[in-house]
Amino acid sequence: MNTLEEEKALLEGLGREDKQSIEKIYREHYNMVQSLVTNNSGTADDAADIFQELMIVLFEKARSGNLELHCQLKTYIYAVSKRLWLKKLSHAHRFSQTEVEHMEELVSVEDDVEVHEKKQNDFTIMETAMSKIGEPCKSLLEAYYIQKKQMQAIAADFGYTNADNAKTQKYKCLVRLKKLFFAQYKNAE
Amino acid sequence: MEDALLIDAVERFVNGEMTPQEKIYFEDLRKNNPELDQAVVEHLFFLNELNNFGATKSFKVSLHEIQNKLADEGFAFKAPIAHRAKLVQLWDKYKKTVAVAASIAGVVSLFIASVVSAVSKKDSNNTTLLVNKLDAVAQKNVQIERKLNKLEADAIAEGKKPLIVSKFSGTGFMVDVNNNYIITNAHVALEAKHELIVENKKGEQFAVDAVYVDKQRDIAILRINDKSFKKLAPIPFQIRKSNAQLGEQIYMLGFPKQEIVYDEGYVSARNGHNLDTLYCQLSTTANAGSSGAPVITKNGDLIGVLTSKKTNTQGVVYAIKSANILRAIEEAKKLDPNASIKITTTAGLKGLKREDQIAKMENYVFMIKGN
Repeated sequence: MNTLEEEKALLEGLGREDKQSIEKIYREHYNMVQSLVTNNSGTADDAADIFQELMIVLFEKARSGNLELHCQLKTYIYAVSKRLWLKKLSHAHRFSQTEVEHMEELVSVEDDVEVHEKKQNDFTIMETAMSKIGEPCKSLLEAYYIQKKQMQAIAADFGYTNADNAKTQKYKCLVRLKKLFFAQYKNAE
Repeated sequence: MEDALLIDAVERFVNGEMTPQEKIYFEDLRKNNPELDQAVVEHLFFLNELNNFGATKSFKVSLHEIQNKLADEGFAFKAPIAHRAKLVQLWDKYKKTVAVAASIAGVVSLFIASVVSAVSKKDSNNTTLLVNKLDAVAQKNVQIERKLNKLEADAIAEGKKPLIVSKFSGTGFMVDVNNNYIITNAHVALEAKHELIVENKKGEQFAVDAVYVDKQRDIAILRINDKSFKKLAPIPFQIRKSNAQLGEQIYMLGFPKQEIVYDEGYVSARNGHNLDTLYCQLSTTANAGSSGAPVITKNGDLIGVLTSKKTNTQGVVYAIKSANILRAIEEAKKLDPNASIKITTTAGLKGLKREDQIAKMENYVFMIKGN
C-alpha cells in the first residue's frame, strides 16, 4: 500500500515520463485491470489496450498538473479502466446499454475520461495531419517541436546550408501542418 | 505581418526570447490589432496541441518499451483461464446427476396461507421438541390474536377502520414512493379472495389494489389505495437490470412472522430450479412468509424477489431475477397507459453500514396480508 504522497510522487514521475514510475504502475495495477477486462468479455489484448489508454489518461492528468485523484490510485485506475472498457464495449455493441449500467460506480471519473477523449481526438487529428505533410516536413517539425532540437543541429542533420534555411523550411512545413490540422479540427467541432 | 514573421514572433514570445522592449511592442500590437491577436491566439493553441501530441507520442513509445521489457521478464500479460470454463466442465460432468437430483427435489413457495389453522392442524405425533415449538407458536398466535383484537377494538373506538383478519401472509416492497407501488409475488397476491392489505413495520395497515399480476413471472404489482398512508422518502435502492453475479453477497428483509426478519447469504447459481432462467439461486435460509421479500446486495442493488425454496435441501432458495420486475412494470404500463409507475434510481444505501442500510430499507418492506 502506498501513501498518498507516494502516489502523488508516482504520478509526477509519470508526468515526467519516468520509466521507473511507469513500470511500478504496471507491476502494481496491471493484473487488476486485466481481470476487469477479461471477466467482462474482453481478451488479454483488449486488456493491454485498455491499460495503455488508462496510462495515457494518467499521463495527461499528471501533465496538466492535476494530481488530485480524490481517492486511492488503485480506485481511480479501476474506475477509469472500467469506464474506458465499457465505452469500448458499448461502442462494439457487444453489450446492451443495460448491461453496461449495472457495474457499480466507485468514483466519478466521467469528466476525466471525457477530457481524455477530447485529447485523444486532437491527437488523432494531429497524427493524420503529420502523416499528410510528407517528408522531410514531418521529420523536420518533429525534430524541432517534439524532440526540441536546436535549429543549428537540425540544419546539420537535414543538410541545410545554415540554420536560417532550415528555419524557412520549417515555417513552410508548419503552415501546411496548421492548415491540415485546422481543416480537420474545425470539421470535428 | 507575414505568416512566417508572425510565427517567429509568437514562438520567441512563448520561449521567452523577446527583449522587454520587443515584448511591450508585441503586446501593444496585439491589443490594437484584433486580427493579429486572433492569429496569435490561434498559433498559441496550435503550439499547445503540437506539444501535447509530441508528449503523448513519446509517452506511448515509453509504454511500449516498458511493456516489452516486462513481457521479456515473464510478466503475466496473458489472461488467466476464466473460471467459467471450469464450471462448464463441472456442469457437463455432473449434468446427469444434477438432473436426477433436481427431478426428485421439489420447490415450495415461501409464503404462509392460513397461519393459525395451519399451525393448529399439525399432527400431535411430532417429536416433543417440535410440539413444544408448535405450542409456543400457537401461544404466540393467541397472544397476537389478542393483541390484534385489542388493536381492532381500539381502532374502532377511535373511529378508524378495523384491522382485517388475515388468512395468509407474505412480503412486499415499495418501488415507487410517488404513486405507492409495491412489488410482491403473484402467488401471494392471488391468495386474496376478498381483501388485500399491506402492513408496515409499525403494524399500520393500508388497503391495496392489485394493479397487475404476472403469474408466469410470479410478480404482482400492488398500489396502496389509502389516504392515511404517508409518503415515504425516495427509494434508496436501485433495481438491477442485469443478472446477479455468482457469489455476490446479499441480504433480505421479510415477514416470516409478525415482525421484520433479516437474513443474509450469497448468490449460489445464476439460474433457478431446473435451470429456470427467471430465477437465480441463493444460499441462505428463508422461512415461509418471506415470499416477495427484496433481495439486496451489499451496495444496495435490488437483484431479486425471494420466492421459493427447495423442499429437501437446506439453504437452497430461489428468487425471481430483478429484471422481471421491470418487465412486469413495462407490461403493466402497456395494459394501462395511465399507470404511472416510475422507478427512481438512487443509491441511498451504497457505502452505508449494513445496520444502517437495514434501518433505511425496512421502511420500504411491507407484510402482505389478506383473506
